[in-house]
Amino acid sequence: MNEMARLQKRRLAVYGWMLSAPALALMSLFAFYPAIATFWHSLFSRGTSRRPSVFAGFENYGDLFADPTFWTVATNNLIYAGVTIPVSIIFALVMALWANAHIPARSFVRSAYFTPTILPMIAAANLWLFFYTPDLGVIDQITGFFGASPTNWLGQPETALASVIIVTIWKEAGFFMIFYLAALQTIPPDLREAARIEGAGRWTYTRRVLLPLLMPTTIFVFVNAMINSVKLIDHLFILTKGGPNNASKLILYWIWEMAFAYFDSPHAAAMTILVLLALGLVAVAQFRLVEKRTHYR
Amino acid sequence: MRNIVTSAAFAAGLMATAASPAFAATELTMYYPVAVGGPLTSVIDGMIEGFEAENPDVKVNAIYAGNYDDTRLRAVSAIKSGDPAQLSVMFSIDVYDLIEQDLIVPFDDVVKTAEDKEWLKSFYPALMANGEVDGKTWGIPFQRSTIVMYYNKDMFREAGLDPEMPPQTWEELVSTGKALSKDGKWGLMVPSTGYPYWMFQCFAIQNGKELMSADGTETYFNDPAVVEALEFWRGLATEEKIMPEGTIEWGTLRQAFVQGQTAMMWHSTGNLSAVKREAQFDFGVAMLPKHKQPGSPTGGGNFYLFKDSTDEQKEASLALIKYMTAPERAAEWSIATGYVGVTPDAYETDVLKAYVADFPPALVARDQLEVSVAEFSTYDTARVREGLNNAIQAALTGEKTPEEALGDAQSEAERLLRAFH
Repeated sequence: MNEMARLQKRRLAVYGWMLSAPALALMSLFAFYPAIATFWHSLFSRGTSRRPSVFAGFENYGDLFADPTFWTVATNNLIYAGVTIPVSIIFALVMALWANAHIPARSFVRSAYFTPTILPMIAAANLWLFFYTPDLGVIDQITGFFGASPTNWLGQPETALASVIIVTIWKEAGFFMIFYLAALQTIPPDLREAARIEGAGRWTYTRRVLLPLLMPTTIFVFVNAMINSVKLIDHLFILTKGGPNNASKLILYWIWEMAFAYFDSPHAAAMTILVLLALGLVAVAQFRLVEKRTHYR
Repeated sequence: MRNIVTSAAFAAGLMATAASPAFAATELTMYYPVAVGGPLTSVIDGMIEGFEAENPDVKVNAIYAGNYDDTRLRAVSAIKSGDPAQLSVMFSIDVYDLIEQDLIVPFDDVVKTAEDKEWLKSFYPALMANGEVDGKTWGIPFQRSTIVMYYNKDMFREAGLDPEMPPQTWEELVSTGKALSKDGKWGLMVPSTGYPYWMFQCFAIQNGKELMSADGTETYFNDPAVVEALEFWRGLATEEKIMPEGTIEWGTLRQAFVQGQTAMMWHSTGNLSAVKREAQFDFGVAMLPKHKQPGSPTGGGNFYLFKDSTDEQKEASLALIKYMTAPERAAEWSIATGYVGVTPDAYETDVLKAYVADFPPALVARDQLEVSVAEFSTYDTARVREGLNNAIQAALTGEKTPEEALGDAQSEAERLLRAFH
């Protein structure tokens, strides 16, 4: 009897491993192995024709922390994430509620909002490069009409990062709107009717019924926006190249520079590992805190 | 998306290599960048076809790889992944890094005959400067430029200035600029994104000081003449008010000029043909104004030979480079782009003679070669350059004084270059 139970248990364990094997193999190949290899690589000094690479322990990490650029770039990325994530989500939600309401030309509104998403980032950045051009650009044409003097949006440290952030929001909000639209379509109208009968106003209904029901979507969009805030740097290559004086440089762009412009892959690897750690911590926090407060049906 | 395109091209390259028959002749892979406007890949493809027709036993895969950074990246990763290119056009200032990474061989090791040794001497010396390291020649000029001053003759006339007399000194530059800056139009724009260090070299050399030593191990950012040069550049916007404040975007400057937003601009001669196509007004091209002396850095891309190739491939590569830098091709390339013809002989060809007779601005960049210096390049060049770029931008945007910014960049450069003395 006991024997039977043990066999049964073991068989279940084998089934479990078999079921997860394909995913596990793929994950190992494309995620675990590269991460470990990157970590290993980050422990060695940079080898050149004159000096072979040697084991350096955590020296590369020490160099990063001692480099003022590291702190500039990290701060920039925190601001970038701190603004683009909530603002894109709020914009997406407002746009979705509006595009879901009974207004004329509803499909036109939807597709207009969605257009930026379809454009490749490089093309979008080139468009915005001309929007931002002092004097000639659309933005200065408009402000100039009201008598403002031309502003060098991308060419001054005070506004360079903000300009990059605006492009990102413009690009992302339409994409996230699609998810919200889909979620709104699935909410049964009788909930709204019931709330009406109970005497709840529009605002109460939105706050007490609609938003909680949209929470799973919000989580999904939030995770996406989070990943994008670290991974989205295409427009930097076109708009500012991280300048002026690092004012708009983000982490991944800096990693790219170290690896491919400076031929310094060990430091790039070290920085990559730091990013992985930070994202890992965020993921853990998300699962622990936010998941509890979400109602899945 | 770009990655997908790159890997597709890469895969195509792999397949081309794999599919070549065993008895085939020498096969060469070459990466090249395009850094200025115009449909230039077709010009290159035409040259390659011409070469293959003359040399049926050589097959060349010329792969367009984006800008200079992308090209270096593609070529180096191809080598490291075991599918090497045998030659490539890359940034002339990458030379120290390529030597340091042990990726390239000097041409001196490949040229054998007296005739070939003469050929090495046939180029303009100013264009060879970047490729000559430790007494050897590592790079052969292909797409090379200097910085010239484009100016709008119509705006000169409107301001009551002589359109055939562009400013020739810093003082004249300021006074001319003041006469031209009005009604929301600017007198001068010098770009300060993308390649700030390159434009800064103009001011520094005109003020009598080069930014680095010839062996690529020392920089002179905090030299008083260099600091003064940056103060002058900054002052064009803050004191003289003939240029907008903040940094000026490299990518949109040509547009600003052809739309008449600025009467003068400093830009690569590689843009000459594009300006010629786009400008709806009478424009002129002049050498940069002098201060203590005239001068401009050279710029652009050189041919390099990679180490990891057979002797046959090295010889075939040399033949290809000789073909592509021959006077007729150099002339054709110069007309298509505005880049300098790399040898004096190029300017003796009938095509180029006819072209410059009709369009004299095409000669300005060449004439300026007399007073041109090597483009800024040191060991660990990208990092040192980035420090200098940041210093220039910090000074132009008013975050730091020129002296402070350049002092910081100098100590950073000294720290990086200590290992190479």
